[in-house]
Amino acid sequence: MILYFLSLVLLVMGLYCLIAKKNIVKKIIGIVIAEYSINLFLVLVGYRHEGIAPILLKGMQTEELVQKGVDPLPQALVLTSIVIGLGTLALMVALCLRMYEKFKTFDMTKINTLKG
Amino acid sequence: MDRLEQEIKDTSKGMTPIVKTVVRFVIGIIVIFGVYIVLYGHVTPGGGFAGGVILASAYVLLTLAFGKEMGLSKMSNTGASLLDNSGALMFVIIGLLGYTGGYFFYNFLGKGDPFQLFSAGSIPLANIAIGVKVTASVFAIFMALSIFGRFIYKAAEGDESESEE
Amino acid sequence: MEIILLFLMAFMIIGSIIAIETKNLLSSVISVGVVGFSLSIVFLMLGAPDIAITQVVVEILILVVLIRATITTDNTAIEGPRDSFPFVSSLIFFGLFLMFAFFAVQELPKFGEPLMRVSSEYLRTGTEKTGATNIVTAILLDFRAYDTLGEATVLFTSIVGAFVILRRKGRKGKREIDQEKFGILEDEDIKQNFEGF
Repeated sequence: MILYFLSLVLLVMGLYCLIAKKNIVKKIIGIVIAEYSINLFLVLVGYRHEGIAPILLKGMQTEELVQKGVDPLPQALVLTSIVIGLGTLALMVALCLRMYEKFKTFDMTKINTLKG
Repeated sequence: MDRLEQEIKDTSKGMTPIVKTVVRFVIGIIVIFGVYIVLYGHVTPGGGFAGGVILASAYVLLTLAFGKEMGLSKMSNTGASLLDNSGALMFVIIGLLGYTGGYFFYNFLGKGDPFQLFSAGSIPLANIAIGVKVTASVFAIFMALSIFGRFIYKAAEGDESESEE
Repeated sequence: MEIILLFLMAFMIIGSIIAIETKNLLSSVISVGVVGFSLSIVFLMLGAPDIAITQVVVEILILVVLIRATITTDNTAIEGPRDSFPFVSSLIFFGLFLMFAFFAVQELPKFGEPLMRVSSEYLRTGTEKTGATNIVTAILLDFRAYDTLGEATVLFTSIVGAFVILRRKGRKGKREIDQEKFGILEDEDIKQNFEGF
């Protein structure tokens, strides 16, 4: 139970960094930390005590896999979520580079006062 | 061999000759490892996504060590765009071909024995399509980000500052 | 087992505190890298080798892209005083959230005993129905292939969107279409053709 709570603490820290910091690159780092925490929480829900990975080895019966295997469904969804995180990070960094080219700064308060 | 020696000793673009020599040996191993993880995705851990990102990081290593021209000569911009689109199209076609069996994404090829390379129906083909697509996408976005940077320096400062990564 | 997981998660929390609070941009990017690598060790201990492989290589590419964004400017330090209103209000709000989360987490199934109503069917009949021995790949590409199609679409859209943002100019006329799509001009046209948005 304390492991679930610690991963939610990580989520809260990522969101705090997104809201309360002024630099754009720091905000992007906050989004990355929040994504890590959510993937961790999903895989934590599917863990089984003394469990083995859901891969059938040679000479193993499927009964053993049903008795001792961990949950494979959250793992499949987290796998796609990690690669989608890479795609959205590329989009965010492209926007950040464009903003630097136009406003010559990374600071959000100065960009708010400049207004193009 | 002469052009290669010249390119290694040319220190104006890319990194030092030690890095270039080591990269020449290591890149073949990385590419083979990436192809192994994509192809055997249904027997060992891995799959299309992990293998595609490993192959893309081989291209990133080549570009970082030798400069932009070497990276662009291995796969040009139109080549990356073509590979990306054809990977996505192949995945959709594999899904549509499932209509011959009953419904969307039906596994229509034979099942075979487990633990072999040619088993599990259309799963290895879908892995290859996803691997090609992810490789081309990640490599193309890296090239676009690094080429875009040069324009910022030349415009914001105005002089010839080649401060790249 | 749980002791090692607790230790690794405390390590991750300390690493992210360093990443958030430090004033140098380059060191905060490196701290994010440390958090990602220890996350992949946690995935390996939770019995998920697929995800551990993917997390390691994606973490390396995230570091490369973030460093590319950081060295755009020459000074990598942040200046300025701290704004007080977002700081205080976010602390109050997140304190309330954590208090409620502590009670909500007690309602989840106990750690180590998952429900597994659908997954036991996948584990029991996965190999004979699909012929693949890696059950995670069989779920991704056979039982739930529609979700993989959606994921490929999202990846494709985000990459095309990043290209459109990084484009040079709109109509060129005499240039080729694919050069325009990637925004790559030759050296001698930079001074004439470079404009802002």
